[in-house]
Amino acid sequence: MPRSDMPADRFGRVLHVDLAKRRFEIRDRRDLFRESLGGAGAAIRLLEENGGLSAEPQDPGNPIVFAVGPLVGLYPMASKTVAMFVSPHNGRLGESHAGGRSAVSIRMAGYAAVVLTGASSTPVYLVIHDHGVEFRDASALWGLENSYTVGRVMREREPGSGARSILRIGRAGEVGVTYACVITETYRHFGRLGLGAVFGGKKLKGIVIVGRGRVPVADPKRYRAHYDLVFQAATRSKAMRKYHDLGTPINVLPLHELSALPTRNLREGSFEGAEAISGEAMAKRFLGRRLACAHCPVACVHLAALRTRHPHEPYFFSTAMLGYDYEPMYALGSMLGVADPEAMLRLMDEVEIQGLDAMSTGVVLAWGTEAVENGLVSLGELDGTALSWGDADAYRAAIRKIVERPTDLYRAMARGVAYAASVYGGEGFALAFGGNEMPGYHTGPGGYLTFLTGSRHSHLDSAGYGIDQSALGEGELPPPEEMIRQLFREEAWRQVLASLVVCFFARGIYTPDVVCEALAIADEGLFTDESSLRRIGQDALARKQRFNEVKGYDLTESNMPERIFETRTPWGKLDRGYMRTALIAASELWGHVDEPREHADTSSG
Amino acid sequence: MPQAVPKRISVVDVERCVGCQCCVFACARRIGVGGTADARIDVRSAGGMRKGFVVIVCRACPDPPCARVCPTDALTPRAGGGVIFRDAACIGCGNCREACPFGAVLWDNEQRKPMICVYCGVCASFCPYEVLAYEETKEDDDAPVRHAG
Repeated sequence: MPRSDMPADRFGRVLHVDLAKRRFEIRDRRDLFRESLGGAGAAIRLLEENGGLSAEPQDPGNPIVFAVGPLVGLYPMASKTVAMFVSPHNGRLGESHAGGRSAVSIRMAGYAAVVLTGASSTPVYLVIHDHGVEFRDASALWGLENSYTVGRVMREREPGSGARSILRIGRAGEVGVTYACVITETYRHFGRLGLGAVFGGKKLKGIVIVGRGRVPVADPKRYRAHYDLVFQAATRSKAMRKYHDLGTPINVLPLHELSALPTRNLREGSFEGAEAISGEAMAKRFLGRRLACAHCPVACVHLAALRTRHPHEPYFFSTAMLGYDYEPMYALGSMLGVADPEAMLRLMDEVEIQGLDAMSTGVVLAWGTEAVENGLVSLGELDGTALSWGDADAYRAAIRKIVERPTDLYRAMARGVAYAASVYGGEGFALAFGGNEMPGYHTGPGGYLTFLTGSRHSHLDSAGYGIDQSALGEGELPPPEEMIRQLFREEAWRQVLASLVVCFFARGIYTPDVVCEALAIADEGLFTDESSLRRIGQDALARKQRFNEVKGYDLTESNMPERIFETRTPWGKLDRGYMRTALIAASELWGHVDEPREHADTSSG
Repeated sequence: MPQAVPKRISVVDVERCVGCQCCVFACARRIGVGGTADARIDVRSAGGMRKGFVVIVCRACPDPPCARVCPTDALTPRAGGGVIFRDAACIGCGNCREACPFGAVLWDNEQRKPMICVYCGVCASFCPYEVLAYEETKEDDDAPVRHAG
């Protein structure tokens, strides 16, 4: 196999894997990583270079890019992997970030990115290490009912415990549910926009990445001193403490109190069961363990210990450890009117077993419930599963049927809420933005403008929900044009963080000064300043927006379901005029973004 | 002047381990590099993360088997427990790695030699959850029971 002579400890090796030919190649792309830093900035370029602009999501050639950043393995909280692909869910830029161990494993195996192209003819899983890739037969794993089993088998069959990451899909990905996720380390996910379905289309069941590597620095003393500063900030800051104690579910009660917690398909903004499913109550009743991503002292991952009595044997119990986070709790709790935390946890477990995105699944089921009430769909079309608010047993059965797809309705629901509503009606209460089901923030215009204008239609793109909430103190929202400018600035800066693959929870710690010093330590040739960083962020964002444009996304034609205007936000009812003006402003701003800089392709290898 | 009591790393409460591996990175940083390849301490899942973690680090045995099987005396017992490693004497036979029941003799694949803990305690100082402690060894410490990792 061809290999580059580039030393593994220099950041910029890209592993290209052709699943159809079962071959791989390692290319030296220090050029690309110098210009883009890594992560999101590198992934969008690699996606463009490898056919992403012309690929359809179901093409075998639809490339998958995993990219990490130059601080991985050197600094804490820089442990996210950015995945990019053409989304089978909305046909646009598929971008999903996951914590866990994959970023550190990819870098420790000697790579800055991994690019997968082509499709295998038979089920396969990959083992990636410093010498390249091994292709393993996965035909016996294909069709397994439970994604946990897939993870266990790969864990037991492959070496490298403590130095590896295990990515895998469940049944949902195999059968092409467009919002199937990729699970990593059991409790983290490439959740949004259907990476699991792209894996499934390639007959790719999973990936094990193994590696122990060294990242040299020119000035160890300076490195240690700066590391200590960042580490102290991470372990002592109040913001991090919040995620460390209760985890993201700390958001349930405040959002409920603000009337910003989407409830029963956003008919309401607060939930009578909020107390029962709050982060506080969950910790008290269920918290069984906490986990961290690799190289992150915060440990925001919270696991619930859920004991289940066997139905026929009175002294026979099983205890499951289930991850819980704010977004799945909103989607499978308040959004479905499920106030019993045990029942909610069992829904989260089923979503995990099938390998679905919890947020999209909850929103699809919420639409389905309302569609039943409105007579848009029949019990027959639901295969006898009568969906109704709070009925967790019915929801659990429906989750399985989304994957089994016994009827046309489930086949439609397996393509997301926007598609299902386009067939069965109920567009006014199909809560998707840019084709992606909504996150759990009914905070006001900022939140919705983020969902609409964000390059991956994620609340994390530009965090408008944060502007909505902080402006409450002042009693006034910024005018729409100013709101858009703030969102744009935030999204551009977040491209820098996502290119470094710094966790967004650590954004208060990784200020421009801290980032510049860390980069100087990581690579003395990589001298940069705040304005260069911001240009890199804007460039990445421009490329992502251009990608979406090529795929046909037009901001001014954004579809806003009627429901968001009906239910009061903390700012009262959403103002249509405000939203319209803001979208026009966004469209103009996007149009004025500089064309991305071109760079020479100097790939070797 | 009284001689300082030798110290060692103790895994005092592995149930609190969140698997962040900050100790692993801290150990590599001690020699001035990032990454995991040079660490003398390791954190692995206890059979899937749902079951928690194990921390693998030299417990500074009072009668260390790694030293007993070393044919060149590259590893010699340290007063108070544990071993001292002399790189120049090591022939890379790997006996020590086989002898340690904890797997705490980690291996340098480039040098083909063991990586032996120097009991400096940096790992413990970066453990955010007091899983690790840096403590004095005891002369009669023939049955230290707290190595729960």
